[in-house]
Parts: sequence; structure tokens; C-alpha cells
Amino acid sequence: MIKKTFSKEHFVKLVLISFALSSLLFLFLIFIFILAEGLPLFHKIGLKNIIFGFKWAPTKGSFGIFPMIVSSFLVTFGALIIGAPLGLSCAIYLSEYSGKRLKLFLKPALELLAGIPSVVYGFLGVIYIVPLVRNYFGGAGFSLLATSVILGVMILPTVISISFDALMSVPKTYREGSFAMGATKWQTIYKVIIPSAKSGILASFILGMGRAIGETMAVIMVAGNALKIPTSMLDPLRTLTSNIALELAYASGDHRLGLFSTGVVLLVIIMTLNYIANFAIKRRVLK
Amino acid sequence: MRINPRFVDKLVKIGLNSQAFFTVGILVTIVAIIFFKGSPYLNMEFIFSSPEDMGRHGGIFSTIIGTVFLVLLSIFVATPLGVGTAIFLTEYTKESWFTKTIRFGVESLAGIPSILYGLFGFIFFVIKLGMGWSLMAGVLTITIMILPTIIRTSEEAIKAVPRNLRIVSYSLSATKWETVTKVVLPSAGPGILTGIMLSVGRAVGETAAVIFTMGSSLRLPTSLMDSGRTMAVHFYILAREGISMEKAYATALVLVLSILSINIIAYYIMNRVTSKYS
Amino acid sequence: MPKLMGTVLLLLMVLPLSFGACSPNGIQSKKHTVTVAGSTSVMPFTEKLAEHFMVDHPDFVVDVQGGGSTAGIQACFNNTVNIGMSSRQLKDDEKQLNQIIICYDGISFVVNSKNPITALSLKDVRDIFSGKIKNWSELGWVDRRIDAVTREEGSGTRGSFEELVMKGEEIDDGIMVQDSNGSVKEVVATDPYAIGYISLGLVDAKVKAVTIDGVGPSIDAIKLGEYKIVRPFLYVTHGELDDSGQKFVNFVLSEAGQNVLKKEGLIGAYD
Repeated sequence: MIKKTFSKEHFVKLVLISFALSSLLFLFLIFIFILAEGLPLFHKIGLKNIIFGFKWAPTKGSFGIFPMIVSSFLVTFGALIIGAPLGLSCAIYLSEYSGKRLKLFLKPALELLAGIPSVVYGFLGVIYIVPLVRNYFGGAGFSLLATSVILGVMILPTVISISFDALMSVPKTYREGSFAMGATKWQTIYKVIIPSAKSGILASFILGMGRAIGETMAVIMVAGNALKIPTSMLDPLRTLTSNIALELAYASGDHRLGLFSTGVVLLVIIMTLNYIANFAIKRRVLK
Repeated sequence: MRINPRFVDKLVKIGLNSQAFFTVGILVTIVAIIFFKGSPYLNMEFIFSSPEDMGRHGGIFSTIIGTVFLVLLSIFVATPLGVGTAIFLTEYTKESWFTKTIRFGVESLAGIPSILYGLFGFIFFVIKLGMGWSLMAGVLTITIMILPTIIRTSEEAIKAVPRNLRIVSYSLSATKWETVTKVVLPSAGPGILTGIMLSVGRAVGETAAVIFTMGSSLRLPTSLMDSGRTMAVHFYILAREGISMEKAYATALVLVLSILSINIIAYYIMNRVTSKYS
Repeated sequence: MPKLMGTVLLLLMVLPLSFGACSPNGIQSKKHTVTVAGSTSVMPFTEKLAEHFMVDHPDFVVDVQGGGSTAGIQACFNNTVNIGMSSRQLKDDEKQLNQIIICYDGISFVVNSKNPITALSLKDVRDIFSGKIKNWSELGWVDRRIDAVTREEGSGTRGSFEELVMKGEEIDDGIMVQDSNGSVKEVVATDPYAIGYISLGLVDAKVKAVTIDGVGPSIDAIKLGEYKIVRPFLYVTHGELDDSGQKFVNFVLSEAGQNVLKKEGLIGAYD
């Protein structure tokens, strides 16, 4: 009887180990594959030539992705400019000014916003935002401005929910102490709550950046995909992600390796952002 | 000149209030546009007939089937793998290099943009393994994509089960596996299910990873090696090529409604449980 | 112990792969599948041909994907598909593939319907896309930047465009890029200051085609040799085509197939 239970337990443990190993295999498969395909070109062409090269013409031997790196960062900062203040304000409103009922209503609303597929955002962006930019600001409409607006809206759920969590985790005593000393609500928020939720809020911005820099479909639809570094907010541009999506289907040989190298760059940027964000959150917990 | 802080306070409240309303307004506008522009074209015929003439006419039936197959199969593979891994990590091992490595993998893959999954899936599954554009390539790619989420949420849910329950179970001479299946999992169930629902929602709306692996054939996929379209891919193509604005809106409506339903189900499960245990 | 673990692991990894082998193949093995992928110019016409073909041959399935001419040629090389579609001539390093000309198509330069310009010279077009002419005022319209749109590098339409129009001059870096005929058409249809090039067979009321050096892009002008910006639509195969694929190609080259293409605004392979 005992022996039977023992081997069943043993079997279960074995199965679970294999599941865990399979998961590990799957997870690292993609990791290692991208690195394996992406690193060789850095060695062959030179890290500097790729990251700081100005011309992307892979069929002719140029693998410079600098304009696209710049463009990716530009749309990310643009998205932050639009999404961060708005998102933080919403988070503050949700945590400090709204009652339980409103909180219950707004949280699912946020998740719905987060659930809308990026292609739908891109579509609405093309139909409404692009003509708006073209008619009121000039240019073709497919621009840094339009992309920043769309991405700004897309990162709102991320910024709001993480900032909200950070603000809510500030102990009630902080607020009560501040009010007891005669501070108004805003003074309390401004001088007490936000500073103590600082790292969480920062983390929400950084994760929002990660989301924006990784977005592909919506960006392809509204950014115009031109290869030059944009000189104004109204110029079209191409991000690292769009480049991969546009050329993936037909790239071969070194060109294909070039796309993997772009993938490696993206991977590094996003993992760095994730690491910084997690580090910021951990610091808060330790405090 | 000193501004009355109480005045500033009121100003701020109005400012924050309006920004919150503005944000909700954006959401409402998006949903409203899709609803009002899409619903005139959403009818039984649209749902049950397949696209004709590149999608200019007909409905989206083959794409609905494509979406269902892709998501269901991916969940079917990823859930046992993910939940099993989570159980293993929390119940069966102590912290070691092995567990740390898995956690590192899960964390790192958390923010990877979907285009990189598309890049990987296309080169590895479609070309190198010779699967061609197929349901199989799509399922394998989406599985890898949702695995980290399932592992992470399952782990959190399992960790949240109070230690006492386990101790009591062992004290009643239950084996580890009995404890896991009869005590821990039921208690962590809703949390795990929420993670699964989240992944379903993500997979339904996914485009970049799908279009390069499952392809964009208009035919109804009948086997694993068939190509096909998901609703999101179909919508993307309709919208980009300007094939039919009406059909695009209608497809978007179906997409948004599906995701909304999935969210509602997830919420219902979560709430039922929290009320059960509080 | 390690042996047992290894076996279980192997089983788990093989499981998903084995799905492909024992799927509902009962239904599948009775159907003949032809997979086609490539040029976005050729795709809608192949789709139409496929629809007609599958009506007469219900046990055949023709799978059509886009991706661009070079993508189709690549897929052909990799044996990912039976037939690749191309809207440009094969390059030297691609010549090992078999090519079948299914029809001819003109490249049309289109502007928005609000644009009053109806005629351009070939040099004008070249200068617009190389960045030499940046403003509509240089062509007799308002003082406004020209929003030119080109296709992605792997596009057959772009390849033909570069060969027949640009003739060695490079397309400017700052010009917008879209990855299919349809999306170029959409941009031109919605932006009054846009100009782009698309397949002649896709021109409709949404956009306006301009004449090049006095000649309008019409089927007659192409047949008479007056409109010279023409490229072949090719089906490419890697080695011998299997029976199903051959049946489809035969249909495409038959009178019935060619009529379908001609009705859509293309020029027959034998004209």
C-alpha cells in the first residue's frame, strides 16, 4: 500500500519535472534562437556600423539601424508625454478622489481599454487621427505626432493600473497624519503621497515605455514608415518593430540576419527597461 | 502673492476629474465608434458565411473558426505546461539554480513584443521546421507567447493559498499530490483561471505573431497543417487594404465583443471566489 | 531514473508535433491543396481564379497568401509553397526557378481625385521619387509638400518601378513606405497631396490615374505598346509542379482563366 503511493507520487513528480523542463525549453528556445541568429551579424559587420549606421539598405550591404533606433525612442517619448501625465492624473483621481463604487466601475473599464487589440487602435488612428494631423498641423498625417497620440492612449492602462497600485499602497496613516497637520488634499497628494509612491509611479512609466517601444501593428498603420530620421513632429518615420514586420516575409541571407540583429537590439532595450522597472518596484518594497 | 491653498485644491480636483472623464471618454468613444459603425453590418449571415472576393463580400466565419482553433489549441498545450511548471516551482522544490533560471526566463519573456514572436515563429517553425504557414506553427508560437503569463499568474495564485491549509491536509495524512489536487488547486483555481482568460484575450487580439506563422489564407482550416486567418488578421488586412470599411468595422465589433465577454467571464470567476473565501 | 525522465520529456515535446500527423486527416487526404504566396499585386487575381477553380473542382483547395513578390520567390525556394507569385522579372540569382507568365499588368501612377494634375512626364515621376521635386508648386499646383508613397523593398511592383522608371536613381529615404497595393491606394485616396504607384488592375474610382508622357495607362495603350510601364505577372515553381498545382496552372492559362483575368483589367498572357 505504501509502496504504491510512493511510486505514484514519484511518477507525478517526474511528470511535473518534465513539464517544467519543457517550459524552460520553450522559453529559452525563442531567446537563444534570436540571439543565435542575431549576434553573428554584429561580429561580421561590426556593432558600431549597425547601431550607429545611418543607412538601412540590406540588399546592398548597409545595415545601419540608427534612424530606426532614434525613431523608436522618439515615439516612445512622445507616447510618454501624452500618456504619462494623463495616466498619472487618472490614477490619482482613482485612488484619492473616487469612492468604492467608482473604483469598481473604472477597473474593468481600464481592462477593457487594455484588451482592445492594437490593430483596432491603429485602424481608428488612420481613420481619425491621421487626417486630423494632416488638416490641422500639416504634413502627410502619417507622422511622429499621430503615432505618439495613438501609443499614448495605448499605454494609458499600463500607467494607470500600476500607478494606482503604487498610490493605494501608501499607508493610510500618511494621509491622516498630513490632514491632521492641516494640509489640504492636494498638498497631501503633492507633498506626501506621490513622493512615497514615487518608485511605483516611475515603474509604471518605464513599463509604459516598454509597451510603446514594442508596439508594431498600430505603428505600421500610422507612422508612414519612411527610413529617414524625422526632423519634425509631422514627418513620417519607421521604428525597429515596423522594420522587422515590413521586411520579414522576404528577407533572406544577411538581410534576414539583419532583422534578427534588430530583434536583439529590441530585446536588450526592453529587458533593460523591465529590469529597471522591477528594480524600482523592489526598492519601494524594501523601503 | 499667496494663492489660497483651498482654491488650488478645488482647481486640482476639477483638473483631475476632467482628465479622468477624458480618459473614460476616449474608451467610450472607441467602443461607440466601433459599435455604431459596425453593428449595421453584423448579422447572422456575417457570422456564419465565409469571406468572398477577398473579404469584400460575405462574412467572417472561416476567421472565427481560425481564431477558435488557434486559441483553444494554444491554451490546451500551454495550460498543463504552465500550471504544471507553477505547481512544480512552488510545491515540489526549494529555491535553487533551476527554479531561479525558470523564473528568469519567465520574467525576461514578459515584455517581449509580439513581432519578435512572429520573427521567431516564422523562421523557426514555418521555414526551418518546414511546417509552412499553418495552424500548427501558429499554435506553437502563441503557446510560447502565453506560457510566461500562465506560469506567473498560476504561481502567484498558488503562493496565495494559506500555508495552514496545506499543513492541515498533511496532518490528515494526505499525500503531496492529493494535497495539491484537492486543496491547493481548488483554492488557487480562480486565480489560475484569470491568468488563462487573460492569455485568451491576448491571443484573440494578437496579429503580428499570428500573421507570420499561421498565415492569411481565406480558407477554413480543417487540419493542423492548414493555413487560415484569425479575426484580428482578417481585420488588419481589410483595414489596411481598404477592401471594405463596413466589413472592417463589423469584424472589429465582433473582436471587441469577444474580448469583452472573455473579460466579463474572468471577472465573474474572480468575484465568485473572493466572495466565497471572504 | 534519468532514462525515465528523458522518455517523458521526449514524449511531451513530440506530442504537439504528432498532432500534425494524426489530425483529422481523413477529411484532408481527400482534398488536394495548392499553396500559393507572394505578390500583393497578383494575389487578388489569384484569389479570383482560385474561387472559380474551386467551384469546378470542389475537392481542391487553393490557399493564397500575400507577402510580396520577393517573399513569394523566397517561399518557393524554401518549398514553403507550391507556387510563388511575382509581379516583376526574376533576378539572375532567382533564375533557377521555373517561371510561367500568366498575364501582364501595367503600373499606374495615381493621385487623389482632388488633385487637378492629370499629366506627368516620366522624368517628373523619377524626380518626385528621388526627392528632387518636393513641392506640388513645381508641377503647377499649390505650394504644398508632395506626399509620395512607395512600396517596400521586396515588392515586385517596386522592383518593376525601379527598373522601368527610376533607372538606377535611388528612391529618397524620406518617402513613406506601405507594404501592399491596397494600402498605397488607401493613402492616395485619403491624402489630397499624395502620389503613389499601383497595379493598373486595381485602379478604380477611389483614385485618379495620370498620363505619363502623354499616354494614359489603358489596356489598349499597353497592347499597342504606347504605355511602356508594364510588367509580367509570374507564377514561379521550384522544380516540377505536383499534379494539383499543375491542374490549377492549366486552368489559369486556359481560355476560361484568361477571361477571368482580362475581365479584371489585366492583359492576357498571349496578347
